[in-house]
Amino acid sequence: MIRIPPWRCLTCRVSVIKTGKRRLDYTFHFVDVWTARDELLDGAWLTIRLSAVSMILSLLVAVVGAFGRTSGPKWVQRLVAAYVEFIRNTPFLVQVFVIFFGLPGIGIRLEANTGALIAMVLNGSAYTIEIVRAGIEAISHGQVEAAIALGLHRVQVFRKVVLPQALRAVFAPLGSQFILLMLNSSIVSVISADELTAAAQDIQSRTFRSFEVYIVTIGIYLVLSLSFSGVFALLNRAFFPRLEAR
Amino acid sequence: MRAINAGDFLYLLLAMRWTIMLSVIAFLGGGIVGVAIALMRVSQRRWLRWGAVGYIQIFQGTPLLLQLFLVFFGSDMLGMPLPPWFAASLGLSLNAGAFLGEIWRGSIQAVPRSQREAATALGLHYFTTMRKIIVPQAMRIATAPTVGFLVNLVKATSLAAIIGFIELTRAGQLINNATFHPFTIFSTVAVLYFLLCWPLTIASRKLEHRMAVAYNR
Repeated sequence: MIRIPPWRCLTCRVSVIKTGKRRLDYTFHFVDVWTARDELLDGAWLTIRLSAVSMILSLLVAVVGAFGRTSGPKWVQRLVAAYVEFIRNTPFLVQVFVIFFGLPGIGIRLEANTGALIAMVLNGSAYTIEIVRAGIEAISHGQVEAAIALGLHRVQVFRKVVLPQALRAVFAPLGSQFILLMLNSSIVSVISADELTAAAQDIQSRTFRSFEVYIVTIGIYLVLSLSFSGVFALLNRAFFPRLEAR
Repeated sequence: MRAINAGDFLYLLLAMRWTIMLSVIAFLGGGIVGVAIALMRVSQRRWLRWGAVGYIQIFQGTPLLLQLFLVFFGSDMLGMPLPPWFAASLGLSLNAGAFLGEIWRGSIQAVPRSQREAATALGLHYFTTMRKIIVPQAMRIATAPTVGFLVNLVKATSLAAIIGFIELTRAGQLINNATFHPFTIFSTVAVLYFLLCWPLTIASRKLEHRMAVAYNR
């Protein structure tokens, strides 16, 4: 047996609560988690990358989608609205199942991480379309009319006048959406994409230290979401200083 | 492997009951936690407010799936293993409590301050003020976002499938294991969820619109 010095043992015994016959008597073994720390960190890194890439892709889809939703022809508007409604009213887990298990049935075979990414983009863009649309609709109509009066084309109006202002207005909700996307990404562990939750399940099934592994993993997610919300607050202040501050 | 038949569809329909049941339990449980969190959040005592903020931060800042794992496996560790349905209800309630608490905190704070001051000036006790003055008004404000949150809750119950509780999603998985028509089965499951959630979305939107009209008058 490996001897671990007491100050580094990461093991503590709890036997405190006594209720009737039942007695909590459990020794925490964080050693197993500590040994597998590289796996958890790799998982966390993939979670970050997966969320970042899917956020960027959803934002691209959302800009096009929101343009179609607000100023496209009637049938495009209906189509985008139906897409948004359907995605927002069904669970992400089921969407993952349809994409990862359903698509191979019609001849499209996906690798786990690719399937996860596609599911996250499809899901994320429905929410992002709504956010960007809200930003577009918050812009006063005078802006658009002025741009048209200046002779700009409809796409130019959208790209140069509407979009920059809309993105600025919705920067904060987009930040929260990114964090939601990141937390939701834990669900893709069911198709064994190797992100943080899947790494945790892997360690759990090897060591049977489920409580220790999951509490540490939850801690990592908490650190990630807190730091990202901090980063977004800073970015928001850096990119878009308050108007009155100028 | 066998073909899908009408019985499978019926099985999915019946499994919807458990999704609904779990949503109701989680809403009631989450409601109790949510009231406590909302009241703590608007309390005069700083430690209560901080406790509520910490609770909300932890439950909103970590994935629900891991919260469920922790309840499910953690209870095992404590020497009193919970059945999946109970672990799912408990986990979802604790999670919903954080979100409902935030929604209701906002609604309580949206009631004009002067209302509370007037009640205090009339010599009403804290609980009387809350019960007779603040909460009735806050409830009207809270209805639309609460119904909107219900959609999230119904969708969240699908995660109970991962810890082995047989509701709609798990039922879909079971049928898929027997028949292997994943696209048909999971699309059907998605449509069934949509039928549960969409009316709630529409109701929430209508309520919101009605509130907006009432306030703009």
